[in-house]
Amino acid sequence: MKPPKFDYHAPVTLDEAIALLTRYGGDAKLLAGGQSLMPLLNFRLARPAALIDLNRIKSLSYIREHDGQVRFGAMTRQRAIEFSPVVARRLPLLREATRWVGHLPIRSRGTIGGSIAHADPSAEYPAVLTALEGEVVARGPKGERTLPPRALFETYLTTTLAPDEILTEVRLPAMPDGAGWAFEEFARRQGDFAIVGVAAAVWRASGRPAVRLATAGAGGTPRRLRESEEIVEGDGLTDTAIEAAARRASELVEPDSDIHASADYRRHLAGVLTERALKRARDSARA
Amino acid sequence: MPDIHLTVNGVSREGRCEPRKLLVDFLRENLELTGTHVGCEHGICGACTVLVNGEAARSCLMLAVQADGAEITTVEGLMRDGKLHPLQEAFREHHALQCGFCTPGMLLTALDLLRTNPSPSEDEVREGISAVLCRCTGYHGIVKAVLSAAAPRSI
Repeated sequence: MKPPKFDYHAPVTLDEAIALLTRYGGDAKLLAGGQSLMPLLNFRLARPAALIDLNRIKSLSYIREHDGQVRFGAMTRQRAIEFSPVVARRLPLLREATRWVGHLPIRSRGTIGGSIAHADPSAEYPAVLTALEGEVVARGPKGERTLPPRALFETYLTTTLAPDEILTEVRLPAMPDGAGWAFEEFARRQGDFAIVGVAAAVWRASGRPAVRLATAGAGGTPRRLRESEEIVEGDGLTDTAIEAAARRASELVEPDSDIHASADYRRHLAGVLTERALKRARDSARA
Repeated sequence: MPDIHLTVNGVSREGRCEPRKLLVDFLRENLELTGTHVGCEHGICGACTVLVNGEAARSCLMLAVQADGAEITTVEGLMRDGKLHPLQEAFREHHALQCGFCTPGMLLTALDLLRTNPSPSEDEVREGISAVLCRCTGYHGIVKAVLSAAAPRSI
């Protein structure tokens, strides 16, 4: 089908965009890369009074290193992230996860801010944000606030962003030199949303392993697997410890059944993919 | 209704349409460039893939107004001086099309793939063209065609 009628605005500054959002009082939708919203409009599953297109706001597109973090303007395209030397050097986990986001023609338009604000729990970027303990910046008429992922993601396709707030920036701590990483995912076809995905990173901190693990597709939000991390941090990156961490992962997740997979199958996948991700992350780590 | 000015296949074009008009429909209906096909209208099938400022993108997931000021390449823009583009030649040579519905999207997707990765492996080609669905199941020929149009791999 074709999209229903809407008022269309393409502001060139963030302040204009926030003023428009406020004016429509929750009846407007922000249009970022459009790779999720446009299908919803074409199918008329979304019928907003207005679209506020963020694509003309130049100040929302950048990749910047700042104080041990890499900061991304919300409108930074997934394609720009895929080919960014800064991301390849500082956030190789994000780079690998990006290759799992749709296909190249999708990544040409899709944005990091859009992917996170859309909050599809099977999407890759929310899982990376959760694993690496990143944060997002949201701006509204009353100013700016910073949220960690656990304060942002509520449930399927739902965040705590207020109707007059815009996600403006994504901040991820740079991975330490020598860190290992892996993003493992199972989907029925290349480019599909994950049935389950696991983001893993490992490095050494004060002589002990530091581990970061989070799932996509195993519940209504991305899930940090802290107890699995602790098993490996305590026992070391041995096969035995990794296998125990993987078993714990399948207990920790709280997946639902849907048309794509049963909850039991997702639990099983969470374990299998955690084991694969941790082993590959370990093997890619230096020192 | 907004005026839209854009460059399509190197030619400056303009048109007027409602903001809700999709880029693919604008190309086909307003500019009468019907080489770009409309398939699923939700970004899965890839038939409508065009180049937007040199990068492959779904023209069913963009509004025409968003393309104001952009440079678009469609399948009609691939020929040069009456001769097929080398990728089109390769498609012909390797029987990389049957019904032809996916072909415009396949060509532009493959073109972008080869620009970002000039010497892809067979697996990389398969991954790259998985962005477009061919319902004649003619993938084998398409993969061969894209590989033959790629730069030789250094071993």
